[in-house]
Amino acid sequence: MNVNPTDVKFELKWYRARMPIFWWVHKWVHFRFILRELTSLAVAFYAITLLFYLRSLAEGPQMYEDFLAWMKTPLAVGLNIIAFVFVFFHSITWFNLAPKAISIRFGKMRIAGISIALMNYGAWIVITVVIFWFFIIGL
Amino acid sequence: MKKIIEPFWWTLFGAGGAIAALFIPVLLFLNGIAIPLGWIDTPRYEVLYALIKHPLIKLCLLGVISLSLFHWAHRFRFTLYDGLQLKHLNKLIAGICYGGALAATLSAVVILLQF
Repeated sequence: MNVNPTDVKFELKWYRARMPIFWWVHKWVHFRFILRELTSLAVAFYAITLLFYLRSLAEGPQMYEDFLAWMKTPLAVGLNIIAFVFVFFHSITWFNLAPKAISIRFGKMRIAGISIALMNYGAWIVITVVIFWFFIIGL
Repeated sequence: MKKIIEPFWWTLFGAGGAIAALFIPVLLFLNGIAIPLGWIDTPRYEVLYALIKHPLIKLCLLGVISLSLFHWAHRFRFTLYDGLQLKHLNKLIAGICYGGALAATLSAVVILLQF
């Protein structure tokens, strides 16, 4: 809240040194930060793939066959392998950061960060095993 | 407005990040690598179709697609700001990112209603 509402237009302009576009390539930690942020592209890539997968199923058996044939091309497999590496990196960095974003309390007791991370990894393993089992046995 | 909308985008980003972290690696590995390379049998059309007909499965699929894309929208928006120093294109980038996620969500609804 401004004490004097008329002072808004005199807001300070901070001096900011211009950063070169590729400021993040020189140091490994910066590069890893950008790699982590870019995992969102792999996440979006799979969400869109899933959308096309569902569309092919909605349109009938022939379209489903065509979709499967496309997924078998070296280009599709290559893209999926790269996307998998990034998505895996997303999961690990996400679960490791979870304790910093989540705080669970029981009365006065605070659940330790390591337990929150372990709960996340536990859920990840359970979901992975169930879906895997489902594809092998159920489908 | 900004005070309301930014936490809203962040919440979608967080929910999408968690859903993506939990579900996408296994789904991508199965559908994108193991099945195309023949390590696991291809699911039959009729079985998959019957499965997706279930309302709960539809809801899950919509959740994974939509939240993953809102996660992307928010994170990629800031990657462009910070990584490529494009802060001055704020409105255009935000519009494309969130608009894209919304468009994909709507098309997911349309597709899932066909089952």
